[in-house]
Amino acid sequence: MKYSIFSLLRNSLNHHQGWQLAWRSPDPKPRYDVLIVGGGGHGLATAYYLAKECGIRSVAVLEKGWLGGGNTGRNTTIVRSNYLWDESAALYDHAVDLWHGLSQELNYNVMYSPRGLLHLAHSVHDMQEISRRGNSNHLNGIDAEFLDPRQVKEMVPFINLNCRYPVMGALLQRRGGTARHDAVAWGYARAADEMGVDIIQNCEVTGFRIDNGTVRGVETSRGFIGANKVGCVAAGHSSVLAGMAGLRLPLESFPLQALVSEPVKPVIDCVVMSNGVHAYISQSDKGELVIGASSDDYNSYTQRGGFNVIEDTIGAIVELYPIFSRMRILRQWGGVVDVTVDRSPLISRTSVRNLFFNCGWGTGGFKATPASGRVFAHSIAGEEMHSIAAPFSIDRFHSGALVDEGAAAAVAH
Amino acid sequence: MARYQQNRLPTGGRIDRGRRMSFTFDGEEMHGYAGDTLASALLANDVRMVGRSFKYHRPRGIFSAGAEEPNALVQLGEGAYSEPNMKATQVELYEGLKSESQNRWPNLRFDIASINSAASRLIPAGFYYKTFMWPASMWMTYEKWIRKSAGLGKAPTHADPDRYEHRYAHCDVLIVGAGPAGLAAALTAGRSGARVIVVDEQSEFGGTLLSHPAEIDEIPAMEWVGAVTAELRGLDNVTLLSRTTVIGYYDYNYLVALERVTDHLPPGTGGSLPRQRLWKIRATRVVLATGAIERGLVFADNDRPGVMQAGAVRSYINRYSVLPASNIVVFTNNDSAYRTAIDASANGSTVTVVDIRSSPRGELIDKAEQANIMVFRGSAVTAVQGRTRIRGVEIMRLNAAGHGVIRSSTTKVDCAIVATSGGWTPTIHLHSQAGSKLIYDESIAGYVPGDGVNINPHRSAGACNGSFDLGKCLQEGLRAGHAAASDAGHEGEMPIAPRASMEVEGPMRVLWTIPCKHPVGRGPKKHFHELQNDSTVGDIHLAVREGFSSVEHLKRYTTTGMATDQGKTSNLIALGVLSGLRREPVQSTGVTTFRPPYTPLTFGAVVGQNRRELFLQERKTAMHPWHDRNGAVYEDVGDWKRPRYFSTGQESMDRAVQRECLAVRNSIGMMDASTLGKIDIQGRDSAWLLDMMYTNAWSKLETGRCRYGLMLNEHGMVFDDGVTTRIGEHHYHMTTTTGGAARVLTWLEEWLQTEWPEKQVYCTSVTEQWAVAAINGPAARDLLSELTDMPLDAESFPFMSMREGRVAGVPARVFRISFSGELSYEINVPAHHGLYLWEQLVEHGARYDLCPYGTESMHVLRAEKGFIIVGQDTDGAVTPDDLGMDWIVSKKKQDFIGRRSLSRSDTARAGRKQLVGLLAEDPKQVLPEGAHIVAEVRDKPPMPMLGHVTSSYMSPNVGRSIALALLEDGRNRMGEQVSLKLMDGRVMRATVVDPVFYDKDGARARG
Repeated sequence: MKYSIFSLLRNSLNHHQGWQLAWRSPDPKPRYDVLIVGGGGHGLATAYYLAKECGIRSVAVLEKGWLGGGNTGRNTTIVRSNYLWDESAALYDHAVDLWHGLSQELNYNVMYSPRGLLHLAHSVHDMQEISRRGNSNHLNGIDAEFLDPRQVKEMVPFINLNCRYPVMGALLQRRGGTARHDAVAWGYARAADEMGVDIIQNCEVTGFRIDNGTVRGVETSRGFIGANKVGCVAAGHSSVLAGMAGLRLPLESFPLQALVSEPVKPVIDCVVMSNGVHAYISQSDKGELVIGASSDDYNSYTQRGGFNVIEDTIGAIVELYPIFSRMRILRQWGGVVDVTVDRSPLISRTSVRNLFFNCGWGTGGFKATPASGRVFAHSIAGEEMHSIAAPFSIDRFHSGALVDEGAAAAVAH
Repeated sequence: MARYQQNRLPTGGRIDRGRRMSFTFDGEEMHGYAGDTLASALLANDVRMVGRSFKYHRPRGIFSAGAEEPNALVQLGEGAYSEPNMKATQVELYEGLKSESQNRWPNLRFDIASINSAASRLIPAGFYYKTFMWPASMWMTYEKWIRKSAGLGKAPTHADPDRYEHRYAHCDVLIVGAGPAGLAAALTAGRSGARVIVVDEQSEFGGTLLSHPAEIDEIPAMEWVGAVTAELRGLDNVTLLSRTTVIGYYDYNYLVALERVTDHLPPGTGGSLPRQRLWKIRATRVVLATGAIERGLVFADNDRPGVMQAGAVRSYINRYSVLPASNIVVFTNNDSAYRTAIDASANGSTVTVVDIRSSPRGELIDKAEQANIMVFRGSAVTAVQGRTRIRGVEIMRLNAAGHGVIRSSTTKVDCAIVATSGGWTPTIHLHSQAGSKLIYDESIAGYVPGDGVNINPHRSAGACNGSFDLGKCLQEGLRAGHAAASDAGHEGEMPIAPRASMEVEGPMRVLWTIPCKHPVGRGPKKHFHELQNDSTVGDIHLAVREGFSSVEHLKRYTTTGMATDQGKTSNLIALGVLSGLRREPVQSTGVTTFRPPYTPLTFGAVVGQNRRELFLQERKTAMHPWHDRNGAVYEDVGDWKRPRYFSTGQESMDRAVQRECLAVRNSIGMMDASTLGKIDIQGRDSAWLLDMMYTNAWSKLETGRCRYGLMLNEHGMVFDDGVTTRIGEHHYHMTTTTGGAARVLTWLEEWLQTEWPEKQVYCTSVTEQWAVAAINGPAARDLLSELTDMPLDAESFPFMSMREGRVAGVPARVFRISFSGELSYEINVPAHHGLYLWEQLVEHGARYDLCPYGTESMHVLRAEKGFIIVGQDTDGAVTPDDLGMDWIVSKKKQDFIGRRSLSRSDTARAGRKQLVGLLAEDPKQVLPEGAHIVAEVRDKPPMPMLGHVTSSYMSPNVGRSIALALLEDGRNRMGEQVSLKLMDGRVMRATVVDPVFYDKDGARARG
């Protein structure tokens, strides 16, 4: 059933009794061409593009819990593509291109709002960093503008420019913004389901069946499911999954926290990030201030973190935005992020034939969802890795050809 | 019509009638008494409608008397003190309080956005995912209006004038909640001698006993509370905290609590006290006595102003002496609400009970009937008359299964309040946050605590444990307190539990949805299980119909439990309805995660004292006072304030830097180098550690000699640099970059603790123990000789060595090392002598034209020499060879961090980005740092990049602009012309040159 104002009107006549399941919940078939392990945004997007663009409709997505229950449903919904290195810029900007028009493509309102995204610079070093990155973005064809403090103040009138680390300037990406995280998972799920992809929740993968170095399928809590190819997209638990296939991935998992305030009427329209004092903030359509904190210092698989991290983050927020001191935290939570040594994702084949991994997105995977799914789908389906995905292969840890965004952007991870 | 507290009862309650207070709501002045909450004072004045709901903007009144309030949210206070979304049920009344309703425009009665209510049929749960997609370009416009209509109160517009603080506390037993169970626990724990902290969110202890009269040991329960509190107050080992809410239970029994110290006073009158205090408590054992929260029954239009929890009505009568109406309908599925009926009736209200149970029996029912209260059995409220104020209800008999009504049985009853009870939900938030299991108890239709986890040892007692009988609460409390103290090593007495009489209650009947004339979700009336966000039972049906039937999907799709009350009265109902639709037991349906905070937590309180100058506290060197007096303009480097340059009057930075740089090369300059990281390394394996950490060899370094080292990360990329000096046999002094100091120490410790625990090395940060004055320039030796009797000639004190002695009479370590390329001494003295040393150097340096200089000149001087700054000329993707520093990488050492990675194919490849010098075509032009060198200048992007400018300055000593850059295959491009393209369209040209611009053979430093 196509979603539109007209279908809403029509369905309101019979009190919305006529809506269909957004996606079916079929029992798993004995085998598929491709199995995607992990029903988050990236996994569902992969299934969608496999069906839509690669002509592979015998696809199932296996999710151990509920769709979008991992980092897809826990992030701060930020979209941007102003990355430093050419390889990252190509990947994330491909995502921004896909974000435009995604609601129409999926017939599901994912609420991508390019409301503008500011990176504040608080030191001479920060200024050098945004200058290098902004110029590089520009030369890569990504929109970027430098703002002086006065222009920052125009966009965020209540900002305290003269804070502990005074705001010296900012890098603005106007196409940056936010999207509704849950809707992304649901929209891809519904669109994939419509093309025949089986979405199977509460189905936990417990092992891989591997013959002669080739994957044949997966053992699950609902029995064995055969497949020609398997793509794993399990975020924070990717290394656990890889372990089942006898692989070791260069990943560490950390809790990353975020929080929202109580909802208030519109007060901040753009997204503001500060690596200098480590705080980023936007306001959801519901009115909550959405605030991202840092990851904890220690490795863990718990989806919660230490209170000290919240203290540091709120300290930075109140320093930058003193008017928020009387606002209140409504809810804080954590997710488990899988971090590679160069803070760039891993989109790769493995030493097991036909077993693919897409992981290592660290603290910034949400924004890449459409591109991640698309290039991963093409890499699984094709003979070669997709050209945008190729630099993110696991080979780079052997060759040393890292794409070190963490070090480059001096992001305080 | 003036309001005159017409609903105030003549006597009783815990209010102080001697202290009348005036307050305003939406500009209207009213009065209440000390001891009132804003909600009780509004009810006393017969204010029924206090706000509008989130989505449909429906009129809403006061629903509860506590932290669970979904409806009665107000904008409290004015100007800088203004605060949104305050629950009127938790705001203590003070003289002059000002409050306003929220989420309405232009006013509460006439709210334009209440059109959402009229259109509600079109906008069920999740409607926004299905529309606003056409035309695509319009989304941001639609969204603008969505944003305006959402939100609740308004964010403050001024900086917060209030002060907050943090307290750290340790205790043997933390008791959360000072109702009967908590107080009983406090008694046994307190008497055992254990250190006890008792925390309660109310202004006074007593919990439910404040609102629900009872007797304990044949005296009124509040007298028992008074006696217990007095005894506890007399114990030195017990701390009592009222107005304090534990908001989060974190791992290893770390609990965070918010104390509202002066929120009950008029703004700005707290004197020296903070507004709020955040307690961070580490407890050996925790006793949770957090009580229970009453659910309403979910009937047609159950959101009308005047529908209240039965227990809340009882609380307003007994605690606040407010009878909300003279005719009340009590609508219940259990016995507890009969107590409300009896109390209301005793205070003069006409009361009708509607009980969905067909044959309720027991003491309470008998007592109600003896009080001439009419009881409708097996019946339900099926409609509510009145939109902004209830006028009456329609009552029908339920069919046997309870899923339909018998229309012929319709009765109408006039009333102004519907007091409803659907049972009590144990408050298990903290138990759940502790990582413990939850078990669904059919008999109370609620979750109770299950097994805990080892790292967070705690016990639950009383209503939060599912025990609603007063006697049982007391008994459980005594036991829990006793056991907790005993676990913490304090064996106390276990007294006999006090006697408490309470009527025995019969079983409840669970109907998650109360039917009405039309099927739920298919008629004009709405059944709200979640009031604030306007989530209805119909929405749950819709969600399940569309496949959003996992609890988390339900929450996200319908926004159930995501309001400012976090679903305290609604979550369980949603689970009940959902489990019915899924045809499975409630336990199997699962629960959503209980996340902190329990009640919203003020940002300011989380920050505490760490604001302004105390936020990432500024670090200043010992010489800072001199810098202040002498025109220093500062730069933030790490946490430090470093002089960037010293301005003489109106001098610009550029001019000052030119002057400073010339002085260093021609006479003498002095820089405050105290901020460089300094790590004292001692122990038998110190040299071994240095060998592992640095790329070059250390074991043969003689005592008293210094060596420059590069540190790499595991990938072979430059991580930090600095000079390390051997002080003694097993004793080294390492220096790091200013910004990298903490990172390097952490790095050393991480390796030592996780990989090499057997090694004997001890690393201590001594950055702040030493103040450092670096004198640079041809006259440096002459100046120093005036202040010391150390031999300074090149033979006795050669370059790259250290001598200990006295300088200006102060014990000093003098390092002959140089970052400027000049003859240079870095004089380290104990920090408290730093200012004295500096002033002595300034005084004696006058005849050499000594010029103090800052970081900017330091940058220029080192760039003239081609010395790198890690983090500026490197970016985490640069190897020693990329910097032309292959000479510093030992080819003989067995191992060092990063060694293996250097041999990887890409890392060892020729033609990587390499450090080069650049000379702009125009010698007056300083190339912008961060500008990129492009392979080919095109009209528009994309343009492949070859590298970028890392450092760029006007150099007075070279006599032109100079720059350093990282450039692909740079060393093979010497002499080549390159082009730089800037975002603003400018194109610049430069020549690739060697990165050393001045004194290429380094003779000046060695002289």
